[in-house]
Amino acid sequence: MSKSTVIAHMEKRFSKLRDEHRLPPKVLNELEEKVTDIGLTKKEFDEICDNVIDSYERALVEPGEAVGTVAAQSIGEPGTQMTLRTFHYAGVAELSVTQGLPRLIEIVDARKNPSTPTMKIHLADNIAEDRNAAKRIARDIEMILVESVASNISIDLLRQAIDIRFDPELMEDKALTVEIIAEAIKAKIKAKGEVESGDNTIFVYPTGETLADLQRLSEKIREVRVKGIDDVTHVVIRKESDRYVLYTEGSNLQDALEIADVNPHKIYTNNLKEIYQVLGIEATRNAIIQEAMSVLNEQGMDVDVRHIILVADMMTADGAIRQIGRHGISGSKNSALARAAFEVTIKHLLGAGIAGTKDPLKGITENVILGQLIPLGTGSIDLLMNPQGSLSKK
Amino acid sequence: MAAGGLTTKKIDSIEFGLLSPDDIRKMSIAQIVVADTYDEDGYPISSGIMDTRLGVIDPGQRCKTCGNRVGNCPGHFGHIELARPVMHAGYAKVIHKVLRAICRECNRILLTDEEIEYYARLFKKYPEIGQKTANLSKDILKRAAKAKACPHCGEEQLKLKLEKPTSIYEVSEAGSVRLTPIDIRAKLENVTDDDYRLLGINPEAARLEWSILTVMSVPPVAVRPSITLESGVRSEDDLSHKLIDIIRINQRLRENLDAGAPQLIVEDLWELLQYHCTTYFDNGVSGIPPARHRSGRALRTLAQRLKGKEGRFRSNLSGKRVDFSARTVISPDPNLSMNEVGVPEQIATILTIPQRVTEWNLEEMKALVIRGPDRHPGCNYLIRSDGRRVDLRFVKDRSIISDTIEPGFIVERHLASGDIVLFNRQPSLHRMSIMAHEVRVMPYRTFRLSLFVCPPYNADFDGDEMNLHVPQSEEARAEARVLMRVQEQILSPRYGGPIIGALQDYISAAFLLTRKSTLYTRNKVNQLLATAGYEGELTPPAIIKPVPLWTGKQIFSMFIPDGINISFRANVCRKCTTCKKEDCEYDSYVVIRDGNITFGVIDEKAFGAGEPDSLFHRIIKEKGSTTARIFMDSVGRLLVRLITDRGFSMGLDDVTLPREASRRIKIILEKADKKVNQLIETYQRDELDANPGQTLLETLEQRIMATLAEARDSAGAVAGEHLGLDNSAVIMAQTGARGSRLNLSQMAAVVGQQAVRGERVSRGYMGRTLPHFERGDLGARARGFVASSYKSGLDPIEYWFHAAGGREGLVDTAVRTSTSGYMQRRLMTALQDLKVETDGTVRTAPGRIVQFKFGDDGVDPSKSDHGRSVNIDIAIEKVLGKSKVSREA
Repeated sequence: MSKSTVIAHMEKRFSKLRDEHRLPPKVLNELEEKVTDIGLTKKEFDEICDNVIDSYERALVEPGEAVGTVAAQSIGEPGTQMTLRTFHYAGVAELSVTQGLPRLIEIVDARKNPSTPTMKIHLADNIAEDRNAAKRIARDIEMILVESVASNISIDLLRQAIDIRFDPELMEDKALTVEIIAEAIKAKIKAKGEVESGDNTIFVYPTGETLADLQRLSEKIREVRVKGIDDVTHVVIRKESDRYVLYTEGSNLQDALEIADVNPHKIYTNNLKEIYQVLGIEATRNAIIQEAMSVLNEQGMDVDVRHIILVADMMTADGAIRQIGRHGISGSKNSALARAAFEVTIKHLLGAGIAGTKDPLKGITENVILGQLIPLGTGSIDLLMNPQGSLSKK
Repeated sequence: MAAGGLTTKKIDSIEFGLLSPDDIRKMSIAQIVVADTYDEDGYPISSGIMDTRLGVIDPGQRCKTCGNRVGNCPGHFGHIELARPVMHAGYAKVIHKVLRAICRECNRILLTDEEIEYYARLFKKYPEIGQKTANLSKDILKRAAKAKACPHCGEEQLKLKLEKPTSIYEVSEAGSVRLTPIDIRAKLENVTDDDYRLLGINPEAARLEWSILTVMSVPPVAVRPSITLESGVRSEDDLSHKLIDIIRINQRLRENLDAGAPQLIVEDLWELLQYHCTTYFDNGVSGIPPARHRSGRALRTLAQRLKGKEGRFRSNLSGKRVDFSARTVISPDPNLSMNEVGVPEQIATILTIPQRVTEWNLEEMKALVIRGPDRHPGCNYLIRSDGRRVDLRFVKDRSIISDTIEPGFIVERHLASGDIVLFNRQPSLHRMSIMAHEVRVMPYRTFRLSLFVCPPYNADFDGDEMNLHVPQSEEARAEARVLMRVQEQILSPRYGGPIIGALQDYISAAFLLTRKSTLYTRNKVNQLLATAGYEGELTPPAIIKPVPLWTGKQIFSMFIPDGINISFRANVCRKCTTCKKEDCEYDSYVVIRDGNITFGVIDEKAFGAGEPDSLFHRIIKEKGSTTARIFMDSVGRLLVRLITDRGFSMGLDDVTLPREASRRIKIILEKADKKVNQLIETYQRDELDANPGQTLLETLEQRIMATLAEARDSAGAVAGEHLGLDNSAVIMAQTGARGSRLNLSQMAAVVGQQAVRGERVSRGYMGRTLPHFERGDLGARARGFVASSYKSGLDPIEYWFHAAGGREGLVDTAVRTSTSGYMQRRLMTALQDLKVETDGTVRTAPGRIVQFKFGDDGVDPSKSDHGRSVNIDIAIEKVLGKSKVSREA
C-alpha cells in the first residue's frame, strides 16, 4: 500500500467528516494533527476514526439532562472554598484586582461597574518592542488632572484670581506644558473666566465677582482633565516576552480604542458593560466566560467551561446583559409561583392576582410546589401504556 | 399508584385572580359579627371568630357544616360585612396608577380614541410575536397620566398623590382633598372591561374595584388554631387577634353610623378599620407602625406567613417534610464497599419497605409477619387486599394473622441488607451530596460509611450527622440504583474527573506498599490478598532465591485491571528542571503497562480523591464504574490491613531538629531581623526608594514582608534537610496524604508572619499593637512575626498574634459560607429550568432556546475526559497498541 493512497484516503475521510459535522471542529483538528505523519495504514486510520466518533457520541448529553442545575452546582460548590480578599494582580504589584468570590458575584450580578475596573492594552505591532513608544502611549492614556501636576492651587484675593503653580518635574515627566493646560482649562470653563498663562503658573480671572464664585471655579479647575482619557487613573507598563503591555487602573474602552498606536484587536477590559456597549452582546458573552474562568482558575478551582458557557448564554440570551437574580433572569420568569418562591413573594402574588396570570406549570419550582413530577430527567418523559389492554390482547 | 386502583390527575395550569365581593359571600358559610372567641364554658360563640361552622380544631368536636371531625374537616370560610369599604394596601400603588390614567369625571382612559384603537391593535399583535403586553400597559399608564384634560369629556384632570400606605389625595390649586375608598370604588366600577384590559388588568380574573374591600373573608379556624397552654389558658393565633380587632372596630363603626355620629368620629373609626385591615394583610407595610401583641412582639399576619426563608413558600412548598427517613451520627467502616451504608438495627426495624405478596414470596413474607415489629428482619404493617391496614404492634397472635396472608397483600417489612436507600449530608451543595447506597444492617447506633465517599459528602467523623431516605416505589428504587448509586457518581460533572477516591492513610499506605524497598514473603502476600478478597492468580515472585519475595508494586498491580496503560508524575515528584522519566531517583515517574506498575510509586496523583487524569480515572473511563468500584474497594481493604499491620504514626520526634539545624535557623532569623531593622532605619532616614505607585510606608511593609517570608522559607528548607522519607510526617506531606511542607516547617522550624487582612498586624493600641512595645515600633516581633515553632511553643506575645490571625480565618469562613450560599441559590433559581431537549438544544421552561448545543459541542462534562470530549491519544493508542501486539506476534 503506497503512502500517497493512504494520505488521499485520509483527506477524503476528513473532508467527509467535516461536511457531516459529526465531530466538533476542535476534536477534528486535533485528530488531523495527531494522525498525520505517524505512518498509519488505511485500516488503522479508519479504526482510529471510528473509535473517536464512537467515544464522542458516547460523551454527548442525554435529553432531559438538568444541565442548568448541574451548572449552578458546579459553580456554586467551589464558591465555599474561595477567598474573600482582594489580591494583587499576578506580577503587577501596583494594581489590585478584585478576585475570588467577590469578583465571581460581581460577574453573575452583571454589575454596572466592577469594583476594580482595569484594561490590558497591547501596542501596535510595529512599536510593540519600543519602550519609549510605550511610555508615550501610557502618557496619552493616563488621565491627568490639573491638581495632579500642580504644586499649589490657591486663591489670590488681591488679584481676584485663582493662582495655579505647577511642579516642573511632574510637568516634564508627563510631557506637559503650561500652554496645553491653559487650553484645557479654557475649553472647560468657557466663558466663566479668563485664563492667563505665565512661566509655570496660570492665573484664572473669573467673570463672577463673589468669593463663592472664585471658590467654585477653583474646585472645578482642580478637576479639569488636561490629558489622557476619562476614568483611567493609573497606567503601568510591563514587559511581556519582549513586548510592552500597558495595564490600567480604571477602564474606558471606547476612548482607549481611539488612541493611536494601540492594537485594537488585543485590547481587553474587565468591565462587561463597556464591552457590551462598544462591542455588542456576543463579545460580552465571551467576556463573561473569560472573566469567570479566569477567576476560577486563579483560585485553583477546576470547573468545566461548559457550565460557565451556559451561565453566560443564559445571561446574554435576549440581547442585553441580564443579571442572575431578582432583577434579571429569576425576576422575569414566566411563572408567578416560581418568582414568589424566590424573593419578594408578596409583590409577585399580588401582581399575578390583578393581572389574572395563567401559570402554565412548565418549570421546576411550580411543580415542586404542587407536589407533581418535575419536567426534568426521567420526569420529562411520558409513558402512554395500558397494561390491561396489552394483557387482554394476549 | 394506578396499581392501587387510584387515578392520579395532573394539574395543567393555575390561574390567579381576585375574589369579588360576591365570590366571598358565596363561599362563606357564616357571617361573623361577634368579636369574641369562647363563652365561659369554653365553647365557641356562635357567629364569633371561632364559630364551629368554620370547622373544628378540638378533638372530639364535630364540624357544624360538614359533620366531620378534626383531620377530616377541611375547614370553611366565613365573612365580615364591612361597614365602610377599605383599601387593600398591596394594591394602593396600582389603584393610584390607574386613577391617574382615567378621567376623574367620565372614567375613561385619558387617551384619544385613535390612540386607544392603536394600542388595542398592538395588544392583539404582541402575544403573536412573543412579546409581553405588560410593557404596553406600562406605556399606556404613563402616557395617559400625562394628559391635562380628558379627550372624551373635556374635563380638566387633577394631580393625584399617593400617601403611603393607603391614602390618595386629589391636589388642586384650592388644596388637596382626600379621596375616600367609596369615591375611588365608584370610579373604578365605572371603568369598562376593555379599558381595564389595556391597563394590564384582566377583568375576567379581577376587577380593580375588588381590591377595595366591602366584605372580608374569614379563614377557617384550622388556618389559625388556638393553643391551650398547660395552665388551661387559651392562646389565640395572631390572625385571630387581628380578625377580632377588625370585627370590633367594624361593629363600632356601624353603630356610630347608625346613630348618626359626627363626621369626625366616623372618619377616625374608618381610618382605624383601614389600619387593622392593612396590618391583617401585611404587618410590615412601611409608613405605619406594625400591629403588636400585648408582649410587644409584632404580629405575624398573612404576608409574614408567606414571606422569606421560614415562610410558606420556601419552607413548606419548595421544601417538604418526608416520612421514611432517619438521621444519626456517622462513623467510618473501612470494610464497607463504597456502595454500602451501615444502618443500625434499631433504625432498620422502624423504616419499612412495602412489598407485595406473591405466590413466590408468600412463605418468606409469612415468616416476616410472624417475627413481628420488634425483631429485626420483621414487619411493621400489613395491608390487606381491601386496603385495610393492620398495625402488627397491636396484634396479639401474629401466627393467626400470618395464615390469612395471600397474594395481593402488601407487607411493610423492615429495611434489610441489600435494599437501596438515599443517603445525604447537608449542605447539599452538589448532586453527589445525595447518593444511593445499599443497606447493611449492623449493630450499634451510628450510620457507617466507607471512607471513599467522604470527599463527595464533605464528611468527617467529628460528630457529623447524616440523613437516610427509603424510596417506597419500585420506580424510585430503580432510578436510585441506576442513576444515583455511589459508583455511578464517581465522575464529577464539575470537571469530568473522579471526585471519589483514596485519602489520608490510604495514600500513605499505598506509598509504603509500592516504594522500591518493599518486599513481602509468600505468607504476608497471602494474608494481604486474602483481606482484600483477591481471587485471581498469584503473579510469580520478583525474587525467587533465597526465599520467594514479591514487591509491593506487584501486589498493587494485581488489582489494576488488565489493559490499563498510563504514565504520569506522582505527587512525590520533585519537579526537577529536566525530568529523567523512568530513571527518576525518587521513583516518581509512574508507568503502568497493561495493568502492571513498571515504574513509580502510587500516591495521591494515582488514585486520590478529586484527582483527574489519574490511574483511577483511567480505570473508570476504560473499564466502567463497576470495575472501578471493585478496584477501589479491594485496594482499600488491602491498604488498611497493610497500614494496621505495619503501624503508621507521627510524634514529637518527627518534628524535632538536631541542635545544629536549630542553630542555623536561629541565625537565619536573626539575620532577617537585622535586615528588617535596617530597612526601618533607611525608611526613617527617608532614604528608602518607593516602588512605583506605592507610598514609602507601603514599600517598606512590602519589603519587610518579603524579607520575613524569605527567612521563613529558608528556615523551612533547613528543617527539610533533616527530615527525610523515614519521617512519617514527611511521607504524609510528600505523598499528599495529609499536611504540607509548610505545615511541617511551621511545626519544626518557625511559624512565621501572622497576617490580618493580608498585612502585618498593625492595630490594637495607639501606635502599637500591644503595650509591650514602643509606639511606632515597626520591627518584626512588634508586628506579629512568630519566630518560634509549634514544637518549641509560642511565647505569650506570639500566641496573641497567632490568635489574631486565626480569628480572621474563622470570621472569613463564616462570612464566605453565607455569601457563597446566596450566590448558589441565585444561580440555582436562574438556571434550574434549563433542560436538554430531544433535539439537543438547551431551552428554558417556556421553550426559549438558550443554546443550540450544550456547551457548544453537546458533550456532558461528567462523561468528558477532564473537559475533553474525546481523548484522541487514548483512541490512537488503543488501535496502535493492539496492532503492535499483533505485529510482534
